Amino acid sequence: MTATVFRGPVRGALVFLLFLLAGWGGQASPSFAVTVTDAAGDEVEVTDLSRIVSIGGDVTEILYALDKQDQIIAVDTTSQYPAEALQEKEEIGYMRALSAEGVLSMNPTVIIASAGSGPPEVVKLLKSSSVPYVEVTDDTSPEAVADKVRFVAKVVGEDEKGEKLASSVEEDFAVLAEQREKIETPVRALFILSVGDGKATVAGKGTGADSIIALAGAENAAGSMTGYKPVVNEAAMELAPDAIVTMAHGGPMSNTLEKIKGVKGMEMTPAVKNDRVITMDGLYLLGFGPRASKAARALMAELYPELDIAKPEGDDGHHHKAEAKNPHTEK
Amino acid sequence: MSVESAERVRTLPMTERARLVPRFLAASAVILLAAALLSLSVGPTGITLTSLPRALDAAWFGADDAATARERLVLLDIRLPRTLIGMFVGAALAVAGAMMQGLFRNPLADPGLIGVSAGAALAAVATIVLGNTVLAPFIEPFGIYALPIAAFLGGAVSTTILVSIAGRHGQLAIGTLLLAGIALGALAGALTGLLAFGSDDRELRDLTLWSMGSLGGASWPKVFAVIPFGLLVLVVAPKLIRALNGFLLGEAQAFHLGVNVEKTKRLAILATAASVGAAVAVAGVIGFVGIVVPHVVRIIAGPDHRVVLPGSALLGATLVLMADVFARIVVRPAELPIGIVMAAIGAPVFLHLVLKRGVGGFG
Repeated sequence: MTATVFRGPVRGALVFLLFLLAGWGGQASPSFAVTVTDAAGDEVEVTDLSRIVSIGGDVTEILYALDKQDQIIAVDTTSQYPAEALQEKEEIGYMRALSAEGVLSMNPTVIIASAGSGPPEVVKLLKSSSVPYVEVTDDTSPEAVADKVRFVAKVVGEDEKGEKLASSVEEDFAVLAEQREKIETPVRALFILSVGDGKATVAGKGTGADSIIALAGAENAAGSMTGYKPVVNEAAMELAPDAIVTMAHGGPMSNTLEKIKGVKGMEMTPAVKNDRVITMDGLYLLGFGPRASKAARALMAELYPELDIAKPEGDDGHHHKAEAKNPHTEK
Repeated sequence: MSVESAERVRTLPMTERARLVPRFLAASAVILLAAALLSLSVGPTGITLTSLPRALDAAWFGADDAATARERLVLLDIRLPRTLIGMFVGAALAVAGAMMQGLFRNPLADPGLIGVSAGAALAAVATIVLGNTVLAPFIEPFGIYALPIAAFLGGAVSTTILVSIAGRHGQLAIGTLLLAGIALGALAGALTGLLAFGSDDRELRDLTLWSMGSLGGASWPKVFAVIPFGLLVLVVAPKLIRALNGFLLGEAQAFHLGVNVEKTKRLAILATAASVGAAVAVAGVIGFVGIVVPHVVRIIAGPDHRVVLPGSALLGATLVLMADVFARIVVRPAELPIGIVMAAIGAPVFLHLVLKRGVGGFG
């Protein structure tokens, strides 16, 4: 059991040590204090950034992009990018199934959480604790992504870096919008999530893949469906995609061209006939963090080679190393 | 359980085992108390019951520092409601299971037979999947309690439908109840599956997690909400002891023993639907307790409902509390769904008992 009862001098010494640590943390960001109105409409005052709990993949990604990784002590399981987040930090479980006491046991000085965190009772308990709880919007529209970056940057007192990152995101989205104007006949793209058992699970409306396909100026070939659905046979033929987008994740479960050809009906589609299968990193493509605009640009460049879109540099979906500090602000 | 009703029952001969009954119940009560104290004392923050005086002081006179405020939050607003809800859920599911097995005279009977779980699951999944779109206007006013309220109503509605089908000739026919229960369960399952098919990733994860159960969402409003159902079972169950003992011999024999068969069936179903509905509403689906705990009690202390009902309540509460303690510390600071823990620790224990002691009151 974790329950350890310290008595007398031992406990006193520990408390003293804690105060020392707290004082040391405070020195790292002297007299820091910022008050923000968060996505829930609450005014939250943040005074200490020494122990951040980050909940939500996009929140974690932004914090890393702002070079705040050293102050993060724990992340949720959706914090898949960069990969070191889940490896190095404590893991507080899936963002929709948080444990109130578990989060508090990390002794956070601030909790920065996506608005999609839950369950609601636990979020309510966490908000009633003395630890500031900052809610970040979970909207995935282009404007929201940039705003999210600015907001998180403000919370951690990195307004300048945040502004840089946010404007680079906006710039990318502007380029995307500009390029989309030039497209006369949009490509019909089909996003395949997984192939198995002779079936392909494809992305319909309301999915992250649908949004990124739209951003890249293509038409979702499975736009008549909602969510991720399996298709096979005639339905697959009927979709008739010009290009197939799928995720690279290595290993025997990968969605290779051979496996896609193995799906009945899929071999008849223009995409497979012309070998137009685009493989991209799934987290890069569907993360909807600050890299979303770059991912959309990269996808657009693959879908429309004739448009001569410069592929975004610096971040091709591979995990950035600690020494390559901040790819987003290099622009 | 009240003492007088236990005194009145003379339908079964006293056996050797019956003399052990008071000792068994007393031991179970002591173990439950220990489990409750453990549940209050163990958690990822490492705060123990030794902080309770300070936490109470903070609750009454206000906290003067952050550390005390934290102890107060953890002990009084997180662990205490969680422990109380856990005790209620465990006791409710186990007693309901015992009543259903007695009523249907079937060792495999569980509260699912009367449609309450299927209806609750359908309503809960509908709330998760359609809560932001079609059902939004109905759900909005209830805020974070929409899901538990919907689950409870779903369970109540499906049980009502089932009872009115099986009782349409004035008498509740057990055979019809079972078969109609299967049909209704399949229908509710199909609708639940349809909703799951139409859900997005996040909704799908939400409903999967809900179906594995958790006490993580325990809160004081939920504690107050389940109190009436706890009281209902406390009042109804003792009244059913004699009748359920009669049912052990068969429905016709029970009738000739002077048991009001019709009333027993309706009361048992009402108590089961209400308590299980409330339990599922506050903690999601927690399997295993309703079916296993009553059998464990029967194996240890015999089939007499004077011991099966209170014994199931005590053991069920203990089992859920212990499983929850484990669930919250084993992967800390994250948390395991309690259903997984329950089956993982309960199944081997149950198997051991069956192999060693036989199958108790049945078969």
